[in-house]
Amino acid sequence: MKAFKDTGHLFRVAAVFLAGFIAFLVLRSLLVPHSFGRYGHYRADAIGEIAALPISYAGHQTCETCHSEVVDVKNKGVHKGVACESCHGPQAKHADDPGSVVPDKLDTSMLCPRCHQTNVAKPKSFPQVDAAEHSGGAACNTCHQPHTPAIGAGGSQ
Amino acid sequence: MNITRRRMLVLLPAAAVAWKYVLAGTPEASPNYQMTEHWWAMLIDITKCIGCGSCVRACQLENHVPDGYFRTWVERYHIEDWEMEYPKVDSPDGGKNGFPVAKETGGKNFFVPKMCNQCADSPCTQVCPVGATFVTPDGVVLVDQKYCLGCRYCVQACPYGCRFINPKTETANKCTLCYHRITKGLTTACCEVCPTGARQLANLKDPKDPIHEFLQTHSVQVLKPYLATRSKCFYYGLDGAVR
Repeated sequence: MKAFKDTGHLFRVAAVFLAGFIAFLVLRSLLVPHSFGRYGHYRADAIGEIAALPISYAGHQTCETCHSEVVDVKNKGVHKGVACESCHGPQAKHADDPGSVVPDKLDTSMLCPRCHQTNVAKPKSFPQVDAAEHSGGAACNTCHQPHTPAIGAGGSQ
Repeated sequence: MNITRRRMLVLLPAAAVAWKYVLAGTPEASPNYQMTEHWWAMLIDITKCIGCGSCVRACQLENHVPDGYFRTWVERYHIEDWEMEYPKVDSPDGGKNGFPVAKETGGKNFFVPKMCNQCADSPCTQVCPVGATFVTPDGVVLVDQKYCLGCRYCVQACPYGCRFINPKTETANKCTLCYHRITKGLTTACCEVCPTGARQLANLKDPKDPIHEFLQTHSVQVLKPYLATRSKCFYYGLDGAVR
């Protein structure tokens, strides 16, 4: 008994669909990154790639491993909470190779007013001066030692 | 096993390759970092910000942000009296080189550091058509630079204006909360250099993090709370005029 006749063409169409489906699966496995969808609709490997980027700021903990004498001086004054790289700039390269990468000497007449120049929007409790009027153009470290800025605090660096 | 000349010739290059790996050591990574133990946030204390622009400079140096584009920036607000809807705001070059002396001295004047709010329900990740931007399991919104098409949907979607198209790569760019630093146990570049501690990185999943005590004892606010983005940038001392 035969319910349908001439069923051969149905199998041929099914075979074409099956081949197309297999091709889709193969292409999908090739084109979609392996880690896509591990945490969500994105490539999970991107997290690791971003985490592996190099750093420029070494962090004050790194500075303190060698420059403990400066930390002792700094801890005595109001600049206690200011990290080394706030003023000295990014020093990860110096930390990796202290011999050949030497940080630049800083110009205090430019650097100190960045924070301490009078501005009405600054908190009232924050120490502010009009740099030109205060020092007449002289560098701040003529009188103040940046690591312990109070005059007569006895800092040597 | 006899060491024949043939075997020697095969073994020597193999040994050389193996030795190269020994010498190279393990790449700098963060083997102890567990994503599941972190839920990153930022605390910004407006009452401490002095508008020095250190954070803006540090961010540009750390993340190689092109000139004229900002992952973080500082705004100066001036509000004369009661007209909170019309504050005067300036941010010359993102506040990178500080602020000029203000003309107006009366009224309220204060600085507001801005950055990606690392929203838990971020509008920017929802509009990405290719899955190039996402919230990581530790709560940081990142952009997959290899997947981004540069279609700018996310730039428009961010209600805080925190995204831009990097002119060099033509892909979306934004604050990564220094993901390459915080996964190595460091703080972000902006928090590292902030001289007054106005910015504090916080791990909300760490019960010992001082942010919990701060949040329990201070009135804090997020930007545009009515958008329900679940922003994780908590501002202390935020004025209602700030947008």
